[in-house]
Amino acid sequence: MIFAVAKNRLMNLRRDRAAFVLAFVLPVAFFSIFAAIFSGSGSRAETRKIQVLVVDEDQSANSRRFLDGLRAETGLDVQSAGPAARNGPPISYTAATAESAVRRGDAPVALIIPKGFGEHPISFGPAENRPELAILADSADPIAPQVLAGLVQKVVMTSLPGAMARTGVAEVDRWSGGLTPEQKARMDESLRSLEAETPPGQPAAPRAASASGPVAVKTRDIVGEAKKNPTVTFYAAGLGVMFLLFSASGAGGALIEEAESGTLDRILSTRVSMTPLLGGKLVYLAGVGVVQLVLMFVWGAIFFGVDLMNHLPGFLVMAVATAVATSTFGLLLASICRTRMQLVAVANLSILIMSAVGGSFYPRFLMSEKLQKFGLVTINAWAIDGFTKIFWRDESVSALWPQVLVLVGFGVVFFLIARRVARKWEIA
Amino acid sequence: MSGAPRPLEIRDLSKSFGGRRALDGVSLDLAPGEVLGLLGPNGAGKTTLVRSVAGRVVPDGGSVRILGFAPSDDAARSARGWVPQEIALYPLLSPRENLWTFGRYQGLSVAALAASIAESLAWIGLADRADEKTDRLSGGMKRRLNMAAGTIHSPKVLLLDEPTVGVDPQSRERIYEMIGELQSRGVSLLYTTHYMEEAERLCDRIAIIDHGRIIALGTKEELVKKTLGGRQAVTVEATSPISPAFAEKLRRLAATVDGTKVNVSVEDAASGVRDLLGLFDAEKVGVRDLTLKSPTLEQVFLQLTGRELRE
Repeated sequence: MIFAVAKNRLMNLRRDRAAFVLAFVLPVAFFSIFAAIFSGSGSRAETRKIQVLVVDEDQSANSRRFLDGLRAETGLDVQSAGPAARNGPPISYTAATAESAVRRGDAPVALIIPKGFGEHPISFGPAENRPELAILADSADPIAPQVLAGLVQKVVMTSLPGAMARTGVAEVDRWSGGLTPEQKARMDESLRSLEAETPPGQPAAPRAASASGPVAVKTRDIVGEAKKNPTVTFYAAGLGVMFLLFSASGAGGALIEEAESGTLDRILSTRVSMTPLLGGKLVYLAGVGVVQLVLMFVWGAIFFGVDLMNHLPGFLVMAVATAVATSTFGLLLASICRTRMQLVAVANLSILIMSAVGGSFYPRFLMSEKLQKFGLVTINAWAIDGFTKIFWRDESVSALWPQVLVLVGFGVVFFLIARRVARKWEIA
Repeated sequence: MSGAPRPLEIRDLSKSFGGRRALDGVSLDLAPGEVLGLLGPNGAGKTTLVRSVAGRVVPDGGSVRILGFAPSDDAARSARGWVPQEIALYPLLSPRENLWTFGRYQGLSVAALAASIAESLAWIGLADRADEKTDRLSGGMKRRLNMAAGTIHSPKVLLLDEPTVGVDPQSRERIYEMIGELQSRGVSLLYTTHYMEEAERLCDRIAIIDHGRIIALGTKEELVKKTLGGRQAVTVEATSPISPAFAEKLRRLAATVDGTKVNVSVEDAASGVRDLLGLFDAEKVGVRDLTLKSPTLEQVFLQLTGRELRE
């Protein structure tokens, strides 16, 4: 009898494609996506490169040598010039433009090489009046400045061995009572040949390096430094969008229920035709979506210190744009699916994948470059980017136009497709 | 044609699904305040015909006009009410909320709706349960609410698709009364049903549809006369078995003999029964029982379609 019951369930499972997908395809799909996000698909080439904007104020041979060393690092994507105005040549970053770019979120860190760096790149012992390298960081990405600081120490030691040796010799000269002229002459000759051996861009083989090393580096958080709880806004946006997608697809399922119960037929025989019907559902879903986001952020403001009041206009713009995109996505799924069970399966699959790739669970800037680019096909990525601009970077409402444009664009496209697919219910 | 357009005019309507012809040149008219019954076996084309009038099926050929308007016109949508066979309501909403919804969908103003809803709730006997969830109502109550949702906007033409399926006798009786009230208000009704007695009781005229074609149309009496010629069935039960010689004489009258029972169809009841009893008297055979039956719509249906209504 037990086997008869079990076999009955198995027969049902074979017929129920939605349950089948949920049981077997979903876990594998998720495993693959998370494996890709967290392991970079096992290939070093796909792991994230840290984008560094570099400003060389020194323009010395040593600073150029140091820069070449940085460029040779596979973990860094070094950029010394930003995008040009229309068709012009790229424009080199200055300290000010690099800082603006980090504030905008173009890159997580900038490195400023100050004047005089080439003269005294290294010092041992207590800090003197040596020039300091400055790292300007977006504290949303806590990893990038630390990796950069470590690599700076390494690259200085490997790309400027002459400078390091000269400093060492100077220290010996200072603390050992002085070298003889003959010793100094032989030392100079050795240093010249050491510098000649190390062509720019090809740093010498790494030697023992200390992260706390001999280069003076000062890291300064220029974005989010005053935020009380930096991760809260990220999760409020990330999870908010995900739940909006879930609730929109669930509520969009009302369309399927209406079709199954015959209510849709009855509605369409009244003075309501399909376009106003879908339009009305969109207004409802978007309204509920905005209320959901408002609730989430008000809660965040009360209990987690999200600064909602000072970002209200931008928040509302993003809330409406996000709700429009998620609502139309819900309508699209509802119009494509034939049954409620099918909708549940398709919604779970697509929304969890979009949320994973789009950065609802894990910040996109920590993903590989490929995944970061792929994430741009999701509503989540654009919505999170928009909310981050408001709450993290304190950008103005006008700076939200790319996100709003894309989200509303998603909305228009999804609605048009849903309308087209809904013709199946209109007439026989 | 002259004068005002008829409530419903169907001309030469045809529709195929795949290779199957669901409607094949159907023509029907509905007069003001008339109830036209649509009878047919399953798959005969009733639903396709009703859905064509409801604007939910686009015919391949022919036309449907509701008060002169095509089914998709706003004027036709306002003039038409549809009570589908399914309970097409929102189960979580109350009767009042359901009526509000469909009233608004039919274009009634918020101000006009309050009065219409109150009137409808009283009409279907649900005024005291107006604010309960619809899914808590009995089957009969839901059926009545289903009707009210289709009539909240006071349509001129009402399509009723088996409105009494699955309801208790008491609710069914109430629905019959409601249909009578609609008719007295001048509403024209196209009524599909599986129940012969409903068709006989409620409908002014009856259309029998089979294989997508109207095979008979008229009042019940007209259909019976046209199909069965107005003959009546006489059954006589003898007190003793019929002898072979007597049976032979009876067969000459086109009667059938089964033991002590004799069945015969007669054109005129009075003369037919008199002739039959005369034969029994001549043969000295006693009569235990005699019944005289008028032909039924069911017999007409069977005669025309070769099928029972529910087949």
